[in-house]
Amino acid sequence: MSVEMAMNNDDREGSEALLKVKDLSLSFFQYTSGLRQTELKIISNMSLEAYSGEVLAVVGSSGSGKSLLAHAILGILPSNSRLSGSMEYKGQSLTPEKKEELRGKEIALIPQSTTYLDPLMKVSEQVMGSSEKKDKEVMRKRQTEIFQRYNLKAAVGRMLPHELSGGMARRVLVSTALMSSAKLIIADEPTPGLDERSLDETLKYFKDMAKKGCAVILITHDIEAALKISDRIAIFYAGTILEEARIEDFRNDGEDLRHPYTRALWNALPQNRFQAIKGHQPMQDELNGGCVYFERCSIRTEHCSKDIPQLKRISGGLVRCNNVS
Amino acid sequence: MSTSVALNGKGMLRGLNLRQRTILLISLMSLLLMTVLASSLYIDSSSLSTNFDSRNLAPSLEHPFGTDWMGRDMFARTLTGLGLSIMVGAFASAISTFVSVVLGLLSSMGRAADSFVSWLVDLFLSIPHLLLIILISIGLGGGATGVIIGVGLTHWTSLTRVVRAEIKQINTQDYIHISRNFGKSNWWIARKHILPHLVPQFLLGMILVFPHAILHEASVTFLGFGLSPHEPAIGIILSESMRYLAAGYWWLAFFPGMSLLIVVLAVDVIGENLGKIMDPRKAHE
Amino acid sequence: MIKVRHKELALFSLKKILKLICLLVVVSIASFWLVEQAPIDPVKIYIGAMSVTPEQKAILEEYWGVNTPAREKYLNWVGNALRGDLGDSLIYRMPVSDVIKERFTASLALMASAWLLSGVIGFFLGIVAGMKNGTWIDKAIKTYCYILLATPTFWLALVMLLIFSVYLGWFPIGLGVPIAVAAQEVTLLDRLKHLILPTITLSLLGVATIAMFTREKLIEVMSSDYVLFAKARGEKGFGLVWRHGVRNVALPAITLQFLGFSELFGGAVLVEQVFSYPGLGQAAVEAGIRSDVPLLLGIVLISTMFVFIGNMMADLIYQFVDPRIKQQETRA
Repeated sequence: MSVEMAMNNDDREGSEALLKVKDLSLSFFQYTSGLRQTELKIISNMSLEAYSGEVLAVVGSSGSGKSLLAHAILGILPSNSRLSGSMEYKGQSLTPEKKEELRGKEIALIPQSTTYLDPLMKVSEQVMGSSEKKDKEVMRKRQTEIFQRYNLKAAVGRMLPHELSGGMARRVLVSTALMSSAKLIIADEPTPGLDERSLDETLKYFKDMAKKGCAVILITHDIEAALKISDRIAIFYAGTILEEARIEDFRNDGEDLRHPYTRALWNALPQNRFQAIKGHQPMQDELNGGCVYFERCSIRTEHCSKDIPQLKRISGGLVRCNNVS
Repeated sequence: MSTSVALNGKGMLRGLNLRQRTILLISLMSLLLMTVLASSLYIDSSSLSTNFDSRNLAPSLEHPFGTDWMGRDMFARTLTGLGLSIMVGAFASAISTFVSVVLGLLSSMGRAADSFVSWLVDLFLSIPHLLLIILISIGLGGGATGVIIGVGLTHWTSLTRVVRAEIKQINTQDYIHISRNFGKSNWWIARKHILPHLVPQFLLGMILVFPHAILHEASVTFLGFGLSPHEPAIGIILSESMRYLAAGYWWLAFFPGMSLLIVVLAVDVIGENLGKIMDPRKAHE
Repeated sequence: MIKVRHKELALFSLKKILKLICLLVVVSIASFWLVEQAPIDPVKIYIGAMSVTPEQKAILEEYWGVNTPAREKYLNWVGNALRGDLGDSLIYRMPVSDVIKERFTASLALMASAWLLSGVIGFFLGIVAGMKNGTWIDKAIKTYCYILLATPTFWLALVMLLIFSVYLGWFPIGLGVPIAVAAQEVTLLDRLKHLILPTITLSLLGVATIAMFTREKLIEVMSSDYVLFAKARGEKGFGLVWRHGVRNVALPAITLQFLGFSELFGGAVLVEQVFSYPGLGQAAVEAGIRSDVPLLLGIVLISTMFVFIGNMMADLIYQFVDPRIKQQETRA
């Protein structure tokens, strides 16, 4: 598999990223008891790039706001949120109007569970999505084809979402993305609750999409799943990206990895050293202006507690650390 | 590409945040109610007396709400009626709150007690509300006692449901289990641990019940089952006005009802906004 | 969407029937006990201004059970009620069941039309407000609902009467069909004309509850995961609300409308009183004021059944029509 990947990487040199996210910050306004308004930061100064033909995994622990990244790209955040930074799609600035125009057509989201399906609507109708009357037949044909490809019987199409089994639901959700001719596919936590076989199968779908030229962003908390199919892996921690590494960097003791956290994650895997990482990820209100990983870092210095490190490019990957070069 | 949020209101209230605006609104409405209540108590009784020289006068500066067929000033009568309504409403919602405290705590004491309480709630909701008040009022021989108790005994259901849900949630907390393991009785736990948590709920519940209580009192009185015809209650005033509608004395019906509406609205606003302060999730809309 | 599950439906009906029987027993005992407490002399009411001999009076006292113990009186009453005889109305001087039949038909026409009208208008307003959440139109609808919820029903009826009958003169002031006019002589048009103002008044008030509920529910649905996903797939505007919002809000709204039978009846009592509409509500007030105990008890029972049916319909929708309930069950 590494040959193919290397080729992909070579292709990439010189080519433009399909999606560029730069310095993205996201926060929410909330009222607390007594109607005092507070601001809750979810994402701060996050950057990433997604390339056509590649799978980029964004790995981070559950509930850390990764899903909101997907919502930010699609422009479907709730109204009490504030977003800053810049995004570019095919070299063009991704404005709210542009997002509205592109979503569902060029950018597709694969949601994480059946709660993202309308409980009162038949599955087939949902997969087809809303379309004008004249396109209805074309869409129906396409839906039937996709269902066949994913080994979903016609009867499944007549079911309501709550009647689907776990594996079926996953395939139905994936098939929604194929209805459009999306160039950028964002899969939000597509793997939890799947057995080994369905997991591999699901991951294969994403790999296939990338092979057909799509850019796939796989948002997951499961680093093992990410390692199976990704070309690059971005490590999401406390609202930002600590490192973006190529898949080849994950080997041996992780000596090619740039950030101490990524290395610790790698070494925590059962097939490696199986070493648990001490400490916990800081909450937003526990951050005090320094490196977000300061509390748990093995190579920290005095300097790290004050200065937020900038993202820098080191040997083909990106890292946010003061002490690597 | 930033999605900004509208934070400030418009006009006069610009520059105040939601918390300040909410508190201001509550204070203003409370002031209004206090004023109505105080002026109803200290009103000059001579203005309520009959004066046959000034019968059936349309609203004017001297008589802003006009006068009735006995020459009584409708503004003074309305104010007195509102004061009466507020007091009856307060009394009745206090009774309701008390009932829901007792039943709410009772429901926390075990499965049998809990099903009894929910059976009672269902029972009270199964007869049309107004009819039930009338029945109770008749049973108590009518009058002020009848209507106060009738209204009081029928408005506890919604608050009891809230309290039951709240208690269920508190009961899952660790310190309740610890108390139980120490052998404390259910009643002890209900009194020492659960009740203090619920006091704000009860206060809010009482205010939220208040408008319903006032409206039901007025309705029942209007129908002839409530306060006696000698009292200047809003229900009485409006039922009397019916005889003079055809004659075109519209002010007899219009102003008293409108004033009642404003009082009810004021209490509603207070309850609604207090609720927002206590539970900020409601403020996000 | 609806898969009828016969066995469950049969069990459901059986449970409901048993529940209704228990309810009627408890309600009848409670209301019987309540009116027993009141200082009422049925004989005096029946006699009214007539002059009777002491012998006749004794017969009447025997008939109305003045000296019979309460428990025996109740059992007698229940025994007769089971045979369909609810006694005679003291004020109308005819069987209670006949009074109720006639009056309830009139009330039902009023309540049904107001129920439908308020449901449709309220749902529509709620959808508009929820869709335009936060805009001036939402605020206008919300304000309108708040004011309506604070409005005394009978006062609104009075104001309607003032405007449309006294000022505009579109309707007669005494709207009721005079008792003296025989039923045959009343034309359908007459009936309709007498129905309009009370119906509008009653539905104006019903609109508020359903509109506020629909609005809140729609906002909840519009912030759900599945609407978020639909948005992510490019759906927007009215199409989005129609496809996912309206569908998902309709069932709960209909359920709520069924749960509102109790308030509807209360509203009808007040509205009928103001418009002197010859319905069950007006009869209830008459029966209460003039201490017509048999009629009052009959009305309590029939209105309890009315409310029960509303609640049962709501339950039926909840358990058998709405697939989301099954979904929650399977998840739990």
